[in-house]
Amino acid sequence: MIVDFKHRQAAHCENGVTSNIFRYYGVDLSEAMAFGIGSGLFFIYMPFLKYNGIPVSSFRPLPGMIFKRATRLLGIRIYRKAFRDKTASMKALDEALDRHIPVGLQVGVFHLAYFPRPYRFHFNAHNLVVLGRENGRYVISDPVMESLESLSYDELLRVRWARGLFQPKGKMYYPVKIPGKIDLASAIVKGIRKNCREMLSIPIPFLGVRGIRYLARDIRRWPAKLGDKKAALHLGQFIRMQEEIGTGGAGFRFIYAAFLQEASKILNKPRLQELSENMTDCGDRWREFAVMAARIIKNRSGEGESYEAMSAMLLEIADREQAIFKELRKAVT
Amino acid sequence: MKREQVPQDDDRLMEGRTRDLCYAVDENGEYVQVLSTGWEPKNAALMQAWEEIGEQAKAIYSQVQAGQVSPIAFFMAQCMFDIKLLSDYTGLPKRKVKAHLEPEQFRRLDAETLKSYAEAFNITVEDLVNCTNTADPFSEEK
Repeated sequence: MIVDFKHRQAAHCENGVTSNIFRYYGVDLSEAMAFGIGSGLFFIYMPFLKYNGIPVSSFRPLPGMIFKRATRLLGIRIYRKAFRDKTASMKALDEALDRHIPVGLQVGVFHLAYFPRPYRFHFNAHNLVVLGRENGRYVISDPVMESLESLSYDELLRVRWARGLFQPKGKMYYPVKIPGKIDLASAIVKGIRKNCREMLSIPIPFLGVRGIRYLARDIRRWPAKLGDKKAALHLGQFIRMQEEIGTGGAGFRFIYAAFLQEASKILNKPRLQELSENMTDCGDRWREFAVMAARIIKNRSGEGESYEAMSAMLLEIADREQAIFKELRKAVT
Repeated sequence: MKREQVPQDDDRLMEGRTRDLCYAVDENGEYVQVLSTGWEPKNAALMQAWEEIGEQAKAIYSQVQAGQVSPIAFFMAQCMFDIKLLSDYTGLPKRKVKAHLEPEQFRRLDAETLKSYAEAFNITVEDLVNCTNTADPFSEEK
């Protein structure tokens, strides 16, 4: 028995699951809306926190935050549970499916059988929705895949019990209470305000706009400090965070611009449309940054393409994003 | 990014299983979702990561051939495991995992232990014992 669940592909798994599950319960929310209300745009650069010897960077908050913020602002109550026992986690899933509830799961991608192999790293904060069972297999709506997928009991158990950073421990979740009327306008305004605070006002130099400036200062020292090869590996990792992990392009900047455009119509504030266009320009700058970085990685950098030049690009991007969020703050007060 | 600028640089990294969803503006300035088969800079970054993994694994492979370490060491490099992660997946204590990196100890492993290692690496027991590199996503093309 499979529930009548519309699988819509998304750029990113967490927004995609949020948006697809909400839509199933009659709350029509686009991926961009889920992202914006969840204050999804961010920047993190942690030079001292290393993963495989490479500094951690991110264009979004910690996994789970976007979903948590979006559900709270929309007044949706979520049942969520992690487990200690593998069999119990599968039994609980089966019971929910028997009640025709589409169930959100956190999984690791290393053992995820239908995932393209070059993308199977030890990343454990992937999200998908199980719709039901058919011919002894679980039917899966994975937001980053174009069509529905399926997994056997053993395959699903294995990805729910992936190990390492952010290990899911069989975590499952689904909405239990949806309010009769949702105040979208107020959720949008609160989501934007929170995002302004995140980008502008956290007094830690590694986060938000200050984080971009920190990276700008650091990046120009990479070749001398690390040597060409290691510096190129740092760069490659950063570009992967920006483009690869389902960001919709330019480290979520385009999704956020899409959100601002939608918000402009809902709130009837033309200023947000202008800021959406500024954010699109900013995303284009991030893409140019990636183009230059890739040429350095491949040793094909031309005239004017260097770590120094990339540092200048980052400073310019930081200025742009700071200006956008300052204006956004004014636009929603 | 404009709709017509959404790149379609397919390097078969998604193996035809899916495409990337991108956000771009259409001719009226409206945001739309566009599917992309890949983008050259991000393909380059992903390939760079795999080349680095491949290099490290290759160095260990020659050590396996020389009888200095067991195939477990090779697959740890190829599949990006450290001792802690492998111990978590197999349920074996870390000191045992370390011990099994010795070829001598590895040869004495029972079928069940070998199976739990193979499962962690997502390969067959046969490939583990023979050190056949089926864990490399690009191996079939070679």
